[in-house]
Amino acid sequence: MDSIILLSMDFSPIKPNFGLLLWTVIVFLIFWLIIGKLAFKPIIKALNDRANDIQDSLNAAKTAREEMKSLISENERISAEAREEKMRIIRDAKESANALIAEARDKAKEEAQRIVTNAKADIENAKKAALVDVKNQVGAMAIDIAETVIRQKLSADSEQQDYIKRLVEEIKVN
Amino acid sequence: MIKRYLTFFAIIVTCGLRLVSQAVDHQHDSPTYAQHEHNEHDGHDHSGHNHDGHDHSGHAHTAPANAQPHAASHDDHAEFDAKATAFHHISDLNVYNIGPWNLPLPCILYASGQGLSFFSSSKFGIDNAHHGSGHYAIDRYVLNEGKVMRIIEPTFPMGKVEIDGFATQETEVDGKKKYIDLVNYQGVPLPLEKSSTADGGIFGGGITGFYDLSISKNVFAMLLVIGLMSLVFISMARHYKRAPGTAPKGAQKLFEPIILFLQDEVAKPFLGEKYARFMPLLLAIFFFILGLNLFGQIPFLGAANVTGNLAVTMVLAILVFIVVNLNGNWHYWQHILWMPGIPAAVKIFVLTPVEILGVIIKPVTLMLRLFANITAGHMVITIFIGLIFIFGKSGESPGAAYGASIGSVLLTLFMMAIELLVAFIQAYVFTLLTASYIGAATEEHHHGHEEASH
Repeated sequence: MDSIILLSMDFSPIKPNFGLLLWTVIVFLIFWLIIGKLAFKPIIKALNDRANDIQDSLNAAKTAREEMKSLISENERISAEAREEKMRIIRDAKESANALIAEARDKAKEEAQRIVTNAKADIENAKKAALVDVKNQVGAMAIDIAETVIRQKLSADSEQQDYIKRLVEEIKVN
Repeated sequence: MIKRYLTFFAIIVTCGLRLVSQAVDHQHDSPTYAQHEHNEHDGHDHSGHNHDGHDHSGHAHTAPANAQPHAASHDDHAEFDAKATAFHHISDLNVYNIGPWNLPLPCILYASGQGLSFFSSSKFGIDNAHHGSGHYAIDRYVLNEGKVMRIIEPTFPMGKVEIDGFATQETEVDGKKKYIDLVNYQGVPLPLEKSSTADGGIFGGGITGFYDLSISKNVFAMLLVIGLMSLVFISMARHYKRAPGTAPKGAQKLFEPIILFLQDEVAKPFLGEKYARFMPLLLAIFFFILGLNLFGQIPFLGAANVTGNLAVTMVLAILVFIVVNLNGNWHYWQHILWMPGIPAAVKIFVLTPVEILGVIIKPVTLMLRLFANITAGHMVITIFIGLIFIFGKSGESPGAAYGASIGSVLLTLFMMAIELLVAFIQAYVFTLLTASYIGAATEEHHHGHEEASH
């Protein structure tokens, strides 16, 4: 049975209209090809560039950190070496100072020794000379005395003369 | 806590009441709408409280004055037809309807023997009150509920001719309901034809006497949304070029995560190293669908059902089909046409036909999935709002309408939340499947592995 209603009963979205097909093709192709080229490609490129940039920066930071670490250990090594060097220099200086002092002391001792020895030798010599002198003078005095004595008692006695001579000789030898 | 719930409830109720009061106002205003229909010519009154004979309930279901004797209901109160309302709201139109206004759009029409016609749909004399039906026929074209149709009768005068109104004749052919649109001209109902469609008659369309290449509501929404998105993306690209390596700003913050997600979670896993070549296509598909899905859900902006129109999803699916098969490598075609390691008879009678069917079914499912999801969402929201009118019996029982409005607003809010999710999911699924189809067609084939697996 036919009936008349007011509204159009048409499920039209399921019927693809040629106009809409045409316009969709045009709009979508523009969006895909032109906007794709003008906008999507540069955006993707920029995003990827930035991602790479960030990755590179992270890598650089990592290497920098590692370098820093090695630098720090290098510094520590150098300062330790310096400390050691300082100690060594101080030790050496002390040693050489001690050596110098010891040497000076030895030299002084030696000099003193030498002076003492020389002095002793001089004394000895002087003593010897004095003794010789003393002997000579004692001898002369003894001779004088003896001469005086003998002149009085042993005037002619040859035996006694001889004895005296021998005595004098002995004294001379001495 | 309870206070907060009460406040929320109060807001909902207020919204609902406002909605209903608008609906009721609409009801009482009907005399102004009625002129358009048939009152001028017949003068007899169908409806109880109307002065002019036509009870327009927004979506009235009544008989035109000059209907045949066996015509439908002569109820005092017209019934609200939820189905017809939903159908109207998801349709592509030749006017852009925002609220009660029907803004004119350019019409580009072609009929063989008549050539190309180009004029604004305002020339039809759009009646804002009646879904944008026209008062005039222009070169045999008329505007019926916002849609351009053509009077089949070849003797109908060309040029601008005043018409009296429209109706739809419901007939049963082989147990199936069939609807024929009619225009009343000087007391005579004349059958109308719709514009040609590319479904080849499968869905009740087909080639008719004329082609509608207009900037329709959907085309306008598409131009607007895609135009705006293009501007945003171009300015984004310019910012990247001008200040490379700087922190994202504004729109970049919004779109960057989406673009990176599509690149890393969709393009790269399916396409491998070739992903960069297909990124513009995938992004275009995703943002085209998402932008139009979301635009269609903005209340009071026309709710254009663009991605819920088979023409749009068909174009996308066909382009995907072309891209997939143009990029298909030897291995892809070998697996479709002559799968290695299978007996020849099996290949000829089973495998190859099935594989070839698969090649066609894949884009068809893409096309239907998006269409069905978005259209269903739009219809469900329209019908939920329509609950108010169904319960209110077109103004007869405003109490029931007030009550129903609470439920209706809650259901609609819930549905809109779901639709928001669906907008993203459908855009994502379409992009994901496109990537997977392209990936399957361009996959590099490792011989050793393949031999082992057979």
